[in-house]
Amino acid sequence: MRDSAEPHTAIADPMLPIAMRVSEAWRELDDVVSLRLVTKDGAPFAFAPGQFNMLYAFGVGEAAISISGDPARTGELLHTIRDVGAVSGALTRLKAGDEVGVRGPFGSSWPVDSEHDRHLLFVAGGLGLAPLRPAIYRALATRHRFASITLIMGARSPRDLLYPYQLAGWTASHALRLNITVDHAGPEWTGSVGVVTTEFARALAGIDPAKVSAYLCGPEIMMRFGAMGLADMGVSTERMWLSMERSMKCAIGLCGHCQFGPDFVCKDGPVFRHDEIARRLTLKEI
Amino acid sequence: MVIKTIRDILEEHPAFKSFDDDALDLISGCGTNEHFAAGSMILREGDDASKVHILRKGDAAIEIAAPGTGPLIVETLHAGDVVDWSWLVPPRRAMSDARAVTEVSAISLDANCVLGKCDEHPNLGYQMFKLWLPHLAERVRNGRMQLLDLYGANAG
Ligand SMILES: Cc1cc2nc3c(=O)[nH]c(=O)nc-3n(C[C@H](O)[C@H](O)[C@H](O)COP(=O)(O)OP(=O)(O)OC[C@H]3O[C@@H](n4cnc5c(N)ncnc54)[C@H](O)[C@@H]3O)c2cc1C
Ligand code: FES
Repeated sequence: MRDSAEPHTAIADPMLPIAMRVSEAWRELDDVVSLRLVTKDGAPFAFAPGQFNMLYAFGVGEAAISISGDPARTGELLHTIRDVGAVSGALTRLKAGDEVGVRGPFGSSWPVDSEHDRHLLFVAGGLGLAPLRPAIYRALATRHRFASITLIMGARSPRDLLYPYQLAGWTASHALRLNITVDHAGPEWTGSVGVVTTEFARALAGIDPAKVSAYLCGPEIMMRFGAMGLADMGVSTERMWLSMERSMKCAIGLCGHCQFGPDFVCKDGPVFRHDEIARRLTLKEI
Repeated sequence: MVIKTIRDILEEHPAFKSFDDDALDLISGCGTNEHFAAGSMILREGDDASKVHILRKGDAAIEIAAPGTGPLIVETLHAGDVVDWSWLVPPRRAMSDARAVTEVSAISLDANCVLGKCDEHPNLGYQMFKLWLPHLAERVRNGRMQLLDLYGANAG
């Protein structure tokens, strides 16, 4: 890496993608691929946990994709992408050596750096672990600042669990407390089956809910009911954050594509404090 | 070592925590302690639902046999949970298998005994209704969430 290179933090023209190189691409799940990207000039790419980039598959189009790597490793960008359509499909077919256009980083972040002495509770559903993982890395790197760190992970089935190698590593090293639950499983599964809310009571046993800060990311319905369940247990709605998704185009608050009530998800989010959006979450037309 | 009576155990158990003394006395007479080794069946689909199992320790899996794929776990239960509700609903036949995932200690209540006492003492039935209905409602709500296939490829 060149020391002299300018970091790619505040990109001069946020509408102009920089070309980055795929240094590694690997399959996480049947329809999910992770990409490791590096800048062509070796300049670092700083980001805050929870932020996203617009990834441009040349000739196909752009998609908002969260940054899922360690914010301390500014020499690379990790992205985890599910193939759901034209752009995401093209991104999942990239190979080492290919180029991809990157605009970003954009958006708000998980407020992990401003937390002290709190019990951190991460609630991830499906691919939701990808946007949360940078915050988990950051929390683990500054472990002494927190009373405890717990991850509740929900997935469709055991074979749909994202980053199983990472979950195993965190468990083996006792880095955090991990509760995994799936929607259904075969008889060989000895973990939990049920929705993430069924894990709350056991995950928070012996913990004062007033001292919990919760970060939720996953399908919107899961976040909505998850936040409701935590609030019922006494977790303050001002101490819960959710990462929202809306279809995006400009990513800089100009086009209005990602409007979510009075906010733009690209600029005011994607990470929102729960009390600021709770009412909007239940409105059908938003 | 103090040996706990069924009443002591019930009194400490979350499923009975707000029962009054009379209700606890009545229902204790219907209960016994049961233990299940990991992997053993607590309940089999189609069995007469003659017992109510309330978990004290350990985890149980609710399974449904699916042709071609073997049994599918659709829910796991933990200490405090009531294993099955078929005993309350005619024709009182177990609608799924329940298997001990770990070693399980449970209180099992004789369903006929409980229902008979509720007929004689409607207040007992009402206390059961108030305490157990929210538990049942939550299980139904959770089941609906699972039906949505939230994490499926087409979920937003
Ligand atoms: C802030 C933010 C962060 C995101 N982070 C990630 C990420 O880390 N990884 C990732 O894979 N995706 C992420 N997404 C979603 C991603 O942007 C979309 O999946 C992508 O834009 C789809 O584009 P496409 O052209 O491939 O599919 P389209 O042609 O736009 O859509 C194809 C089909 O997929 C459905 N679809 C669209 N988006 C989603 C979705 N999110 N989940 C399921 N189905 C969908 C559409 O309804 C449509 O039926 C994020 C979105 C936002 C707003
Ligand atoms: S994507 Fe254009 S305003 Fe948010």
